[in-house]
Amino acid sequence: MKNPQAFEQNLIETIIYIIFLFLGLITVGFVLLITVYLVIAGIPAIREIGILNFLFNTKWASTASEPSFGILPFILTSVYGTAGAIILGVPVGFLTSVYLAKLAPQKIRTIVSGAVSLLAGIPSVVYGLVGMMVLVPSIRKFFHIPDGASLFAAIIVLAIMILPSIINVSITALEAVPREYEDASLALGATPVETYFRVSVPAAKSGIAAAVVLGVGRAIGEAMAVMMVSGNAPNMPELFGSVRFLTTAVASEMSYSSGLQRQALFSIALVLFLFIMLINAALNFFLKRSKE
Amino acid sequence: MKRKIKIALLRALCIVSAAFTCALVLFLLVYILAKGVPNISWELLTTKRSYMTGKIGILPDILNTVYIIVATLIFVLPLGVGAAVYLTEYAKNKRLVAVIEYAAETLSGIPSIIYGLVGMLFFCQFLGMQTSLLAGALTLVIMNLPTVMRTTQESLKTVPQSYREGAFGLGAGKWRVIRTVVLPSCIDGVITGCILSVGRILGESAALLFTAGTAHALNGFFDGLRSSGSTLTVSLYMYVKEEGEFGVGFAIAAILMVLTLLVNLLAMLVGRAFKRRRNYE
Repeated sequence: MKNPQAFEQNLIETIIYIIFLFLGLITVGFVLLITVYLVIAGIPAIREIGILNFLFNTKWASTASEPSFGILPFILTSVYGTAGAIILGVPVGFLTSVYLAKLAPQKIRTIVSGAVSLLAGIPSVVYGLVGMMVLVPSIRKFFHIPDGASLFAAIIVLAIMILPSIINVSITALEAVPREYEDASLALGATPVETYFRVSVPAAKSGIAAAVVLGVGRAIGEAMAVMMVSGNAPNMPELFGSVRFLTTAVASEMSYSSGLQRQALFSIALVLFLFIMLINAALNFFLKRSKE
Repeated sequence: MKRKIKIALLRALCIVSAAFTCALVLFLLVYILAKGVPNISWELLTTKRSYMTGKIGILPDILNTVYIIVATLIFVLPLGVGAAVYLTEYAKNKRLVAVIEYAAETLSGIPSIIYGLVGMLFFCQFLGMQTSLLAGALTLVIMNLPTVMRTTQESLKTVPQSYREGAFGLGAGKWRVIRTVVLPSCIDGVITGCILSVGRILGESAALLFTAGTAHALNGFFDGLRSSGSTLTVSLYMYVKEEGEFGVGFAIAAILMVLTLLVNLLAMLVGRAFKRRRNYE
């Protein structure tokens, strides 16, 4: 060793590099941890029940003397609930984002953006509480049904909860549209509103698609707010019936579950996780395309 | 003529949608404050729940929320900043960077109920922490890691390359450059990440229900971390859904609403201040 100081310096640099490498890889580690745990915890029940029986049986009776573990009602409820929230939430969110990104004066824009970020920050249990106290009784009165806690109530709450994600991502996409596109359209005699809808929106379509996919992810993953307004009976979905989602199926029985019932709850979480991974892949696809 | 009507209609639809969004926020704010504030009393805020007198106090829940925020930030900040430094300063392999960023995006897309479940399996059962605030905080660390990582990364990207080159030119080693040039300038991102995380932790409930639990005991910080404790959001849920205590529920909702408002305001002010400072430099 000719130069012990340089050696020491190198050693320190190497150690620090290893520490940072470890920290950099920690997100990957966490994703693996979650995946591995869900797979390990979720597989046994699916094996015991049988995958077809588990996914396509329409009856969930986990605590009955002859238990039945079919999660088709939960899957369909989650799919319908999410679709409903998208149908209601996307038009409002999309039009709001066009207004904010293109039409609104600076001052109004600041105020409305503030309102949107507040909407994003409101805890889901607060949405659930308001849904329970305002929405559910109104639905009961308005549609003359015995209980307003239903898929419809959940759809409305979800539609509101996904608004901020849709608005913010769409705004980013619309703002990224090159000015020249709009200028060219304006110069050809199109009015500003026509330009925004005929030129800016098509140019931002990947980003707007990403916004919708993000909304799907948010809606399908929401648990607490939905639990408070959807009635929570494991029925096949009906718009004005009491229903249970994939998320609420896990949450509502976890605290008192045991044995195969508990394992089946983990399997439900695994199914939900697979849905989310698909949605993430789609989101990534659209985001990448919108960057190009 | 037809064209004019169509344009006016589209414009009106945009304005109506934006107005609807605003009205919604205003309604939620006014409704919750109107229903909640009358239910907030000094006694509610400063006592713990007494099963003897049947009176409800939420002091333990407030403290639990503070503890869990502090504990989460203590763990998530070094991890998030470290990951961001690795990505911006060290990582050369593009494919590895893409994998790490994809992992971070995946983490931010996973629903909180799944975090709750895995947190319960891993921290509470596998690592033997039982249902405790610490297990809840560690679960939230995984949830908030992508946020802190992203905000730090963004602030690191604004550090001019010439600063680093200057420091290297003076003979500083990599670690010295990071310590003296890079880290001090990521403080903007760290603060923004902190604020965003606090907002998320404040509103989180599904991930905490099975990891931090639902107890209302009054504890100090370290005892609290070791025992089960309910945060404000979880208490709201339990009081409303399990016990039908809507008054307490609205009081907690009003407190959460005010805190959310404050966090949002702070985020906006801080964001503006940082932007201005950057423009000066």
